[in-house]
Amino acid sequence: MLAPDTQKEIAQLLSRYPIKRNALLPILHVVQKANEGYLTPELLEGVAGICEVSQTHVEGVISFYTMYKLEKPGKFHLQVCTCVPCCLVGGEELLEHVEGKLGTHAGHTADDGVFSVEEMECIGACSYAPAVIVNEDYHEKMNPEKMDRLMDELRSQGEAHA
Amino acid sequence: MLEETLVLFRNIRNPNYDKSLKGYKNAGGFMALKKALEMQPDEIVQLTKDSGLRGRGGAGFPTGLKWSFMAKGTGKPTYLVCNADESEPGTFKDKQIMYKDPHQLIEGMIISAYSIQAKQAFIYIRGEFFEGARILEEAIEEARAKNFLGDDILGSGYSCDIVVHRGAGAYICGEETGLIESLEGKRPYPRIKPPYFPAVLGVYQCPTIVNNVETLCNVKHIVEMGGKEFAKIGTPGNTGTRIWCVSGHVQKPGYYEFPCGALTMGELVNDLCGGLHPGRELKAIIPGGSSAKVLRADERFTGKLKDGTEFDWGIWDIPMDFDGPTAAGTMSGSGGVIVMDDSTDIVQALSNICAFYAHESCGQCTPCREGVQWMRKVTRRMCNGNSRDVDAELLLSIADQIEGRTICAFGEAAAWPVQSFISKFKDEFEAYAEKNIVSSKTGSGQLV
Repeated sequence: MLAPDTQKEIAQLLSRYPIKRNALLPILHVVQKANEGYLTPELLEGVAGICEVSQTHVEGVISFYTMYKLEKPGKFHLQVCTCVPCCLVGGEELLEHVEGKLGTHAGHTADDGVFSVEEMECIGACSYAPAVIVNEDYHEKMNPEKMDRLMDELRSQGEAHA
Repeated sequence: MLEETLVLFRNIRNPNYDKSLKGYKNAGGFMALKKALEMQPDEIVQLTKDSGLRGRGGAGFPTGLKWSFMAKGTGKPTYLVCNADESEPGTFKDKQIMYKDPHQLIEGMIISAYSIQAKQAFIYIRGEFFEGARILEEAIEEARAKNFLGDDILGSGYSCDIVVHRGAGAYICGEETGLIESLEGKRPYPRIKPPYFPAVLGVYQCPTIVNNVETLCNVKHIVEMGGKEFAKIGTPGNTGTRIWCVSGHVQKPGYYEFPCGALTMGELVNDLCGGLHPGRELKAIIPGGSSAKVLRADERFTGKLKDGTEFDWGIWDIPMDFDGPTAAGTMSGSGGVIVMDDSTDIVQALSNICAFYAHESCGQCTPCREGVQWMRKVTRRMCNGNSRDVDAELLLSIADQIEGRTICAFGEAAAWPVQSFISKFKDEFEAYAEKNIVSSKTGSGQLV
């Protein structure tokens, strides 16, 4: 059951396009965000109905676009860019550092559920590399020390709101 | 000291600039729109042709000419799409405009939509630009509230609205027909051209123009100053300014706006971006986003330009415009200049680039789908210390079998780095096999 706010957003999105299917990607974003950052089979079924497309079509879409997740990410989803411009200045070392610190590889959530890590293709911050997106926020000119400080800060934030 | 020529960045470089509608208007905004609405749409198309404006997304196609391809008399609605999917590695210029001066884009879009008689426009913005989408939505609301968008704009009788449509993480959505498929709610599988030229069969199979953010902003300035005035900036065939993005092994990576041809590669990298780090020497430069062919530091470029003049350049002499890099056997592409010094392991760098294309291939065309995975595996295997004598030849043969055999230009984008890296740095690839080199990294983590 989708929350009233979510339903309202969905209705608004549907009104922008001539056919409902056109609103699929934006609606998936809204539904995912309202569900702690991931999509479930039930939600996908619901979205398929709303957009008047088959479930196969929705599966095809979410399996292609990297931003749609089927597993719950951490409270703070760390998206580390490892494309050429970032890697030239330490992007891969940064990813390895984060993986080592969390004891998990990119594409997974650390056991305590606070952090998850994802490897990203170019996120458009190349002159401020290495760059990381945490949930929706860009963090630039990162290095392992700054990453450690950021993660500690986020962890305390997470605990404060627990 | 080299100083920027601020056309698109006039407001952005002002530290006190207020990017709201009010601030934009105070800085002279929306005067061009008023002027445009008093002209006929065809006049604006002609103005754009006169200006010599070329697309700033990567292909450099003449914008006025593209607009003139719009199918007429079809009875179908027409659409304008702003390609704000900016995902070419090394490129981050459109982001600056959208985040810091959104109304410039909006004004450019309304003028462009008017000239192709589109009542509906879309901004397809990559999903990772969360804040950018919010900024644009807010700016559109502001514009609507002041009748710069919506019905009967400024009493002109012309109506137009803009919808912000967020992507969800797929580089191929930067390809105009892939973008259109995504806009329609599907996987972004590019369409074959012909017949699916967007100007004929675009969004909802209706005549559509897809233009880059920077291109659309330039339209506003062309109307403001006039097509012929605009054409005085830059050089013949390379008019207007361009925004160059510099990343990698330079002391001051950043982005700069200069008239086409006003800068050389050397001035951009060494003067504006502080040059290489102390004690380092240049190894290579990718001049136009990762799809552009790489340039080797000690290469010499000779030949004849379009106007017949002969040129003989070193890497630092290449003029930063469209035709200069093309003459040097590469392209200015998206304007993303990636600098690599002698600390760079070239095989590893190529492995990273191959991983990118392997990840981003949409999978429609067999040569690309199979070829990019194969190139990724070979380069990764090399980095893991298992190079074979035949690897360089193998990679070249795979790349050659992708190029020219795909529905869209992604095939070329994936093939060109392999072809250029290997042909220009053959020694490094051969050394990997001869010396059983194990790279310090595989070029990227676990992506593919």
